[in-house]
Parts: sequence; C-alpha cells; structure tokens
Amino acid sequence: MNIKLNIVALQTIVRKEVVRVLRIWVQTIVPPAITMSLYFIIFGNLIGRRIGTMDGFDYMQYIAPGLIMMSVITTSYGNVVSSFFGAKFSRHIEEMLISPMSNATIIIGHVAGGVLRGMLVGLLVTIIALFFTKLEVSHPIITISIVLLSSIVFALAGFINAVFATKFDDIAIVPTFVLTPLTYLGGVFYSISMLPEFWQKVSLANPILYMVNAFRFGILGKSDIDIGIAYVILLGFVAILFAASYQLMHRGVGIRE
Amino acid sequence: MLALSIRNLTKTYANGNQALKGIDFSVDAGDFYALLGPNGAGKTTAIGIMSSLVNKTSGQVEIFGHNIDSELEAAKSCIGLVPQEINLNLWESVHNVVLNQSGYYGLGRRLARVRAEKYLRVMRLWDRRADQARSLSGGMKRRLMIARALVHEPKLLFLDEPTAGVDIEIRRSMWDFLREINAAGTTIILTTHYLEEAESLCRHVAIIDAGLIIEDAKMSTVLRKLQREVFVLSLAEPLSKAPKIDGFETTLREDCELEVAKGPAHTLNDLFAQLDKSNIKVVSLRNKSNRLEELFMRLVETTKKGVDESSAS
Repeated sequence: MNIKLNIVALQTIVRKEVVRVLRIWVQTIVPPAITMSLYFIIFGNLIGRRIGTMDGFDYMQYIAPGLIMMSVITTSYGNVVSSFFGAKFSRHIEEMLISPMSNATIIIGHVAGGVLRGMLVGLLVTIIALFFTKLEVSHPIITISIVLLSSIVFALAGFINAVFATKFDDIAIVPTFVLTPLTYLGGVFYSISMLPEFWQKVSLANPILYMVNAFRFGILGKSDIDIGIAYVILLGFVAILFAASYQLMHRGVGIRE
Repeated sequence: MLALSIRNLTKTYANGNQALKGIDFSVDAGDFYALLGPNGAGKTTAIGIMSSLVNKTSGQVEIFGHNIDSELEAAKSCIGLVPQEINLNLWESVHNVVLNQSGYYGLGRRLARVRAEKYLRVMRLWDRRADQARSLSGGMKRRLMIARALVHEPKLLFLDEPTAGVDIEIRRSMWDFLREINAAGTTIILTTHYLEEAESLCRHVAIIDAGLIIEDAKMSTVLRKLQREVFVLSLAEPLSKAPKIDGFETTLREDCELEVAKGPAHTLNDLFAQLDKSNIKVVSLRNKSNRLEELFMRLVETTKKGVDESSAS
C-alpha cells in the first residue's frame, strides 16, 4: 500500500467532510445545540428542581454528561450516514472508488469526519451545559477516551447503515427505532439502581449504558457500571464494526454492481 | 506495450442480465480507441469493470500490465474516467471537485492547485471555479468531469460519451485537446454515439453488441469494409431527371441535388469523368451519412438478424 498517497487521500476526505459540516452549519451544528438546550431547560431546570438529587448530584449535574454523550453519539452517526449515503445517492462516491486509495482510508476518512462533528457538537453542548450547572472533570483521560471511542463506534455504525441504505428512508430507520430508544434507556436521565433488579440486568445488555456511565464517571467520578468493562465493550465494537465495514467495502456491497 | 488487455471478460448482473458474454480485446499504449455499440450493448459495463466500479463475473483485465485482481492499486493509478452519467458532488465548488480528486490520487495540495488551474482553464471553467457544480450547465458539468479525470494525468483515459450535450464549438475544441493529450502519450478509450467523433479521433475501433465484440480492427481497415458509399452532389445547373451513369446508382433529390451510390469497383474519378462527358457541373460533394455510421448500422443489423434467426430455429 502506498502510505503517502493514502495519507494525502485521508486528509482530503477529512477536509471535504469538515467543509461540508461548516457549509451547512445550520443543519449540522445548530439543531443538536437547540435540542440539548431544551433538555437542559425542561428536564434539568424545570423538572430537575423537583427531582432533587440523584446519586448525590443535582439532577442537572447528573444528566449533563449523558446529554453531552447523547449529542455526540447521534451526531457522529448522523454525519457519516448522511454524508456517505449522499455520496452514494449522487454517485460522487465513484470519485473515491476509482482512485487508488485503500478501502480502509475511505472508511477512516468518513469516520474521522463523523468524530470531528461529534466532538464539535459535544463541545458546544458542554458550553451550553455550563450555563446551567457546574461541571468539573474528575478523570480527564477517561472522559476524552470514552467520548472518542463512543463517537468512533457510532460513526462506524453510521457507515454500515449507509452502505446498506438504498433510499433516504433507510438512513432514518436505525436512528429512530434503535439509536433513540437505546439512548433514552441508556441511563442518560436516571441511575439504573432505581430500576427493579430484573430491568437492571436487562439494561446491562444496552451498550449505550456503558458509554454514558463511563463518560459520567470521567466527569462526576460516579458510575453504575465497571469502567473496565466499558472499555472492553467499546474497543470490541470498534474492532468488529471496522472489520465489518472493511469487508463490506471489499466485497462492494451496496456500492459496486 | 499494452495499455489494456481484456481476456474472456463476462458479467452477469444479479437480475440474470448477461451484459458481457466473454469479450477479448487489447489496446496499445498511445492508441486512441473507439468502443462503439448500441444502447445496452455492454460498453458501460466493460468500462465499469476496467475502472473497478463494477465487479466482473469472470475473466482477466490488465491495465499497463497490472492485473486488477492482484494489483488493483497500481492499475487504478493508471486510469482516469469520465463517466456517462453526471456523478459530481453538486454542492462542492468547481475548484474543490478537482482539488479533491487530486487528493484521492495522492497529489500534494500545491501541485493539485497548479493542475486544477491548468485543466480548469483548458476546459474553460476557471472563471467559474468558485461556483457550486450544480450551477453549471449540462455541457459545463461534462467539461468539469473531464478536468477532474485529467488532474492526476492518467496514462489511460476512459471517456464514456464525454461530449453528449456539449455545443459544437466546445466539442471541436475538446477534440483538439484530446488529440493533443493523445499525441503527448495518453491512451484514450472513447465510447460515443457521435460516430463522426469516433471516425475523426480514433485510430482503432471495436464494436460491441449484445455483450460480444463483433468488430475489432484499425479504423482504416474497418472503413475499407464499407462496400457501398452514398454521396450527395450539389449541381451548378438544375436537372429534370437523374442522369444514367455506368456503374453508379443515381437519384435526383432536388433539381440541383443528385444522390450517387458508389460500389468498391469504381472510383470517384470514373464518376467525374462521366459527369464531365454529360456536361454536368458539380459545385460540391459530401457523404450522405457518416461512413462509420453506415458500417456500424450494417454490422449491428447483421448481428441482430443472426440472433433472431438462431432464436427462431
């Protein structure tokens, strides 16, 4: 493999993705910021005052890490699925497919675009959160590594969704019917210790629970789950989803006739 | 050296359509090669396989000696493609479309900028570089696709109907440019429905029909196979009926326009000698239709007849 060629190609895809995100910032940056502001106002401020504390933290402080993670997850997924499916739909994906860059470069480039947008939105939501509550990062390395790994996992999942998608409806199915329910049930708004024992065990099957709780541990120093398990799950998902993406590209599923 | 070698290439789509039924052909480095055929003949499928946009069912493809199965990256580095369908990122600026393509081929940003300017100027799009691709006319979009395909200066260029929808003036200037890059060493494979374009530009021609190559030879050899040519003569003075000329079929189209069909046994000198004798003055002469077009129609008709007869029996 020509490494120099692939580095330049990777930079090109990332630059193209960043230009796209910034060109349509009203669609890519503003909506998650507005949605999360509403969550902070309604759930955190209005309802949260009546809830009191959770796991020893103000409710607003408790939900802030989960909301930041939720915005990162949905944005990373949404960026890759819309960008890659858009390229397939208008066929300019062919520009990349005929070029000598490797399939891994195409995947990494798009994932990097999704992660960058996820981080940008995550940072914006964090700034908004600071208007409502105080956040002190207890474990900076865990915070950053968990948010990055979670973003990569969902960017890869978005890539696979885009590979299989044949129409615009197909890119909305997973976020609507899988991602949103799992996020809401992933401990963003509550501690699973509040659930009956059976539902606590069921909740442990939800991978988003580990991401939200590990991120919350990074910021607040408190978590419902073992951080080590969260890392194993995240790294496992990255490896499996990347391998699946690579195989799909190699076989040309959804992109080559 | 061979720029392209194809052996027993087949393609059957998932719906059972057998687009290629085992084609063989090769293109010499530096050649200007026409790949012609009616709609649905398999031209675009063949180009899709060569440029790795379509998975082949079986067969071998080598580009400048690089087998696409074992040396795909090296094979891809050699090619540029102008596809039949517009496949631009329409929201991207004209400049970025070309710069991005440079990046995908590993060209550094500085060199990419130089090349982008060079080819956008050649394609008369430099003044539109800041505009989004969607704001361009159909012909301009085609020129942008050509600039994009050339920016990494490929050794083998596939042009799949590159001048469709392009006005005559720009088409002629594109021809000149294609001749120029071909003379400079770029091998070009052209598919087109403008057979005048193929006859004017290409030195070699292959005709593909129903997934099979039915003709593959030098353009001059192919054209010599044309047994009958029809000319239209503009006359200086009107005639009341078509004159009888030995060895030629004549038809009076209008009083000053005579149609003459010529077989291989006679020359135009014979025709003019007889017209002189009859005191008929000719102001100008032109082919009734493009020679390659005539031959193309005949070959395709013959194949169609053969297929019909074999399916009837």
